[in-house]
Amino acid sequence: MIKLRDICRNFQVGDETVHALDQVTLDIAAGDYISVMGPSGSGKSTLLNMLGLLDMPNSGSYLFENKELTKLSEEKRARFRREKIGFIFQSFHLVPRLTAAGNLELPLMLTGMLPAKRRVLVQEALASVGLEDRAHHLPKQLSGGQQQRVAIARAMIMKPPLLLADEPTGNLDTHSGDEIIKTLEVLNQTGITLIVVTHDLELGQRAGRTIQMVDGKVVHDES
Amino acid sequence: MRSADYMRLAATSLKFNKMRSFLTALGITVGIAAVVLLTSLGGGVQQYMLGQFTQFGAHIIAVNPGKTSTIGLSGAIISNVRPLTLDDAASLEQLNGVLTAVPIVQGNLPVETGNRSRWTMVLGVNHQAPQTWQFKIAQGQFLPDEPAEQARNLSVIGHKIKTELFPDTNPLGKRIRIGQERYRVIGVMEEKGQILGIDLDDAVYIPAHRGMALFNRESLMEVDILYRAGWNEDKLVKAIKKHLIRRHGAEDFTINTQSDMLGTLGSILNILTAVVAGLGSISLVVGGVGIFTIMSIAVNERIREIGLLRALGASRTQVTLMFLLEATFLSGLGGIAGMLTGLGVAWLLHAFIPALPVNVEWNYVLLAEVIAIFTGIIAGLLPARRAAALPPVDALRSE
Ligand SMILES: Nc1ncnc2c1ncn2[C@@H]1O[C@H](COP(=O)(O)OP(=O)(O)OP(=O)(O)O)[C@@H](O)[C@H]1O
Ligand SMILES: [Mg+2]
Repeated sequence: MIKLRDICRNFQVGDETVHALDQVTLDIAAGDYISVMGPSGSGKSTLLNMLGLLDMPNSGSYLFENKELTKLSEEKRARFRREKIGFIFQSFHLVPRLTAAGNLELPLMLTGMLPAKRRVLVQEALASVGLEDRAHHLPKQLSGGQQQRVAIARAMIMKPPLLLADEPTGNLDTHSGDEIIKTLEVLNQTGITLIVVTHDLELGQRAGRTIQMVDGKVVHDES
Repeated sequence: MRSADYMRLAATSLKFNKMRSFLTALGITVGIAAVVLLTSLGGGVQQYMLGQFTQFGAHIIAVNPGKTSTIGLSGAIISNVRPLTLDDAASLEQLNGVLTAVPIVQGNLPVETGNRSRWTMVLGVNHQAPQTWQFKIAQGQFLPDEPAEQARNLSVIGHKIKTELFPDTNPLGKRIRIGQERYRVIGVMEEKGQILGIDLDDAVYIPAHRGMALFNRESLMEVDILYRAGWNEDKLVKAIKKHLIRRHGAEDFTINTQSDMLGTLGSILNILTAVVAGLGSISLVVGGVGIFTIMSIAVNERIREIGLLRALGASRTQVTLMFLLEATFLSGLGGIAGMLTGLGVAWLLHAFIPALPVNVEWNYVLLAEVIAIFTGIIAGLLPARRAAALPPVDALRSE
């Protein structure tokens, strides 16, 4: 599904160049469950952002379903994110003014879908994470675990083939974290490719494939 | 994205910060309210003034002595000028297209009956004055058509004079004293009200020749010419000029047409209205700066949200439009509130002070509303573009 070839991403900080990704080459198959681990600053988030087209490499090639993505226009990248990628963040990133249902509607709105159709999909998605009775709650009225479940439902509402989770349990207690991971794993079992960045060794081991990063390089890749 | 959804999102954001949205929109509201109110008053005054002027009828040409532009009956008169005489007036009447030529002298004198007295405007005119000025007789008749120099001491009194000097008696046939002379009252004018602050009912009409004697004048102050409707005014003015130059040997008089006066008045009032609109626009600019500030703050506060939107697949254009629409909503709503406030205050003013003329200038109201919305777009453009230009990764990471 994905072929990364010699991806480099540099950041210029003052006179210094930080190699956040240093010639990363990686193949990812559809349906994979991958955990990305490594010390802080090793480039895990940068890798995820690259895969999700939120960020662009300085060099290298990114093939997604045999299409080269590094040369896409800004408009096409947005469309790609909308249709192919679901993002989950450590800090949930729900829009505070919008209810759970309103947050779920956002990606659908961006596509121009009619409200009636949106409502059906939103209900379904909320039910799939067990929050159908929280549709009209604002984020601040939900627990952390519930917020992250809303975020997962939102990431999945466009039924993207690739789910990218950057430390999805980082802000949660063990119990809620476990639930979130289980929810993600269930999604993976339906065929969605799942890539999770985590610091938690135990969680990392659950993945079918573990990638270790140090200083922007993949140092270990084990299935 | 559907436009209804842009609006829904914008409305949600504005509702989330109710107080702030209200205060921001208030700037625009004040501007628009000022424009609507002041142009309505200006428009009202304009209509009022035009109405006052045209009360005399639109087909009047005034000839005044002196080569200077004078407006009204008692304009400045330059000395060293050949007088405008009763003969001049009579000769003007012979010109083609001229219906009447009213010689006019005017002054203020006490008018007395046996026991009552009143300072009033005394107008020396001829029998054609009512037709020329569209005044009507309530009682009796107006001055008769007699040779000017042989005019008898007859008078016609205004409505106010009748109520003041003859409260319970019929004035017809009674004598009044003006200066040292006695005049017989032969008519009472219909009530006319005020025109530009002059009470037309507080007046006494006497023959022009007698008026000249009374005021110790050799000449007239003005001749008012009524011409046939549909007659070419420009041609008639030229004919009058030619005619009087032949009689006087030089152009020592000034011709004022109704359209000249209306034109001058109209342009003065237009300038006033424009000045008022300009003042309103300044407050609109201030309102625009307010929107700019608030939208800039909003973008800063919502950087993470912008990052999220980009992650969800919002394009730069979509993000720009979201913020732009919020700004436009603020200004548009502020504008509508301002319009309603302005109209409301204008209406209230009119309700409490009926004399205050109010006439809503809808073209200014619409223009103001368009400018308000435009202000919002301009003020929102920079912050919105900044929001869209943020790199999504940085936006997501920001605290
Ligand atoms: N916008 C940026 N500007 C400058 N340097 C950056 C930027 N983004 C990332 N970096 C640098 O790139 C390197 C990789 O960062 P990244 O966020 O990918 O690390 P990470 O593995 O996700 O770390 P953590 O576990 O702490 O989240 C770090 O050294 C970081 O300082
Ligand atoms: Mg990270």
